[in-house]
Amino acid sequence: MNNDTLKVRLHNLQLKNPVLTASGTFGYGEEFADFVDLNRLGGFVVKGTTGSHREGNPYPRMVETPSGMLNSVGLQNGGVDKFCDEVYHRIKHLDTNVIVNVSGSSIEEYCEVASKIDALERVPAIELNISCPNVKCGGMSFGTDPGMAAQVVEAVRRVYSKTLIVKLSPNVTNIAEIAKAVEGAGADSVSLINTLLGMAIDIERRMPVMANITGGLSGPAVKPVAVRMVWQVAHAVKIPVVGLGGICTAEDAIEFMMAGATAVEVGTANFVDPTVTMKIVDGMEQFCKDHAINDINDIIGIV
Amino acid sequence: MKEVHNFTIIQRIEHGERYFALVLAHGGTLQSPAPGQFVEALVEDCPGVMLRRPISVHDADPQAGTLTLMVQIVGRGTRKLATLREGDRLNLVYPLGHGFTTEGCKKPLLVGGGAGIAPLLLLAKTLQANEVQPTVLLGGRTAELIPARDAFASLCTLHTATDDGSLGHRGLVVEHPVFNDSYDMIYACGPTPMMKAVARSAAQRGVECEVSLENVMACGVGACLCCVTDTDHGHRCVCKDGPVFNIKNMRRWYEQ
Repeated sequence: MNNDTLKVRLHNLQLKNPVLTASGTFGYGEEFADFVDLNRLGGFVVKGTTGSHREGNPYPRMVETPSGMLNSVGLQNGGVDKFCDEVYHRIKHLDTNVIVNVSGSSIEEYCEVASKIDALERVPAIELNISCPNVKCGGMSFGTDPGMAAQVVEAVRRVYSKTLIVKLSPNVTNIAEIAKAVEGAGADSVSLINTLLGMAIDIERRMPVMANITGGLSGPAVKPVAVRMVWQVAHAVKIPVVGLGGICTAEDAIEFMMAGATAVEVGTANFVDPTVTMKIVDGMEQFCKDHAINDINDIIGIV
Repeated sequence: MKEVHNFTIIQRIEHGERYFALVLAHGGTLQSPAPGQFVEALVEDCPGVMLRRPISVHDADPQAGTLTLMVQIVGRGTRKLATLREGDRLNLVYPLGHGFTTEGCKKPLLVGGGAGIAPLLLLAKTLQANEVQPTVLLGGRTAELIPARDAFASLCTLHTATDDGSLGHRGLVVEHPVFNDSYDMIYACGPTPMMKAVARSAAQRGVECEVSLENVMACGVGACLCCVTDTDHGHRCVCKDGPVFNIKNMRRWYEQ
C-alpha cells in the first residue's frame, strides 16, 4: 500500500483521504486539536456560517434518543465577517481542507456569505446548507423543493468560483430529484444526509423536550436511511457524493463508499469519541491493506 | 491540554442511595484539574445511552495520580455508572471547562446543594492550600441527600440546611444565618433555583459570586453548541465558557 491509496477528489478538491467532519459537530477544528492531528483529515467542515451573527434557538437544544440525538441549535454563529476576520486566521495554516458550511435565510444572504468566503485563499470549497431543519426562514425550505434548490444553487454558482458542495435534506419524498436539480444548477458535489426532522416529549411535564419543539436526528440511528439515500443519489447524478449520517467506524465509512460516496463526513461520533476520525482513517487504511485495495476509488459505488 | 484516557476504578465510596464516588487512576501522571472543571465519562454497554455524561471533579490528588468523581444517580447513564466496581474501567475526556477563580479572595463562602456539592470539595482544598479558610454551607431536602458531609467537616466548619430539618437549619441555604455574614466571594453550585437565589442575593449585597451551571451536553468542548445558557452577552456554552460563570455577566440568567 502507498500513500495515495486513500486519495479521492471532489471536483477540484483533492483529499488526502475521504474522511471529513460534519458541520456543527467539529466547531472550527480548534476544539478538537488536543485530540486529533487535524492535518491527517481529508478536511473538516466548519460550523454553519450566516451573513450576520446569530444567537440560535432557545434552550434546551438537545436530547439523547436511542442510538442518536436530536438537536435544535438553529445556526448559532458569529457571522461571516467574524469568520473571515478572526477564525480564518487561526486555522488557515492547517495542511488540510477547511470547508465552510454556508447558510442563510434568503438567496441574497447565501450569495453574500459565499462571495466573502470565495475571497479566502485557504478555503477551497463551501458546503451550501440548504437543509438545516432548525431555522424558521430559509434552511430546509430551500432544500425540499427542486425549483427553489436550483434557484439558490444557480445564484451562488454565479458568485462562487471554487468547489461547491450542496448539502441535501433527507426530509423529502425524492432526494434524487433534488440532487439532480442542484447538479443541473451547477453544484460540483452533493453531501447527504443532513439530520432527519424529529421530536421528543417529556411525558412527566407533558411538553416537548426541546424549546424549539422539533429538532434534527443524527447518530447511528439514521445510518441505514443515509446509506440508502447515498445509493439512490449516486445512481442519479454524475457529480461526486459525500456521504454522512451516523458514521462511527471505518467499516461504516467503507459502507457509504460502496453505496456511492466519494468522501464521508463524521458527525455525532465526534461527541462520543473525540479521536474517532483518526481511528476511521487508520481503519480505512487497514481495510485497504487487508483487502488488497490499491486505490480506494475502486470501491466507490460498487454496490 | 484535554485528553482521553482509560481510567481504572481503584476505590468506590458510597454516599447513600442517590450518590456514590469513584476514585480513579490511569497509571500515568495526572493533569491537575482546576476546581470546577469536569470530565465526560463514557457509559459503555448501556442500551439507549450513547453520549458521554458530564461529571464534575470532586477531588484530585496529583501526587497519588488519582481523580475522584461524585455521581448522582439520575437516569439510565448514571444508573449504569453505579454498577461499576473497583478494578473496572472508565473512559474519560478531561479536564474540561473553565473552573472557579481561587486567586485573590480572603473570606469565601461555598454554597452547595445536591450533586452541586461535588466540585466544592476540591475548591475548599484549593482555597486552603492558598491559606484561605472557606465557610461551607450545604443544603438538601434531607440529611441523606447531602453527600460527603464528613469530607467537608474534616476540612472546615460545615453548616447545613435541610427542608425537613433532619440536619442543621430547617429551610433553604439562603435562609441560613451564616449565608448573610459578610464575604468577599460566594461560590455556588447546585439546583438552578438555589443558584439564582444565591446570585440575586450576592448581586444585591455587592459580593462577587461565581456559579457552576449544569446542562445536558453532547461534545463537552464547545463544538456543538447544545448546552448553551443565557448570559448578558448572549448564548454561551456551559461546557466551554463555563461551567463556572461570574454573575456579573449573568443578570439575564439569574433575573429570569
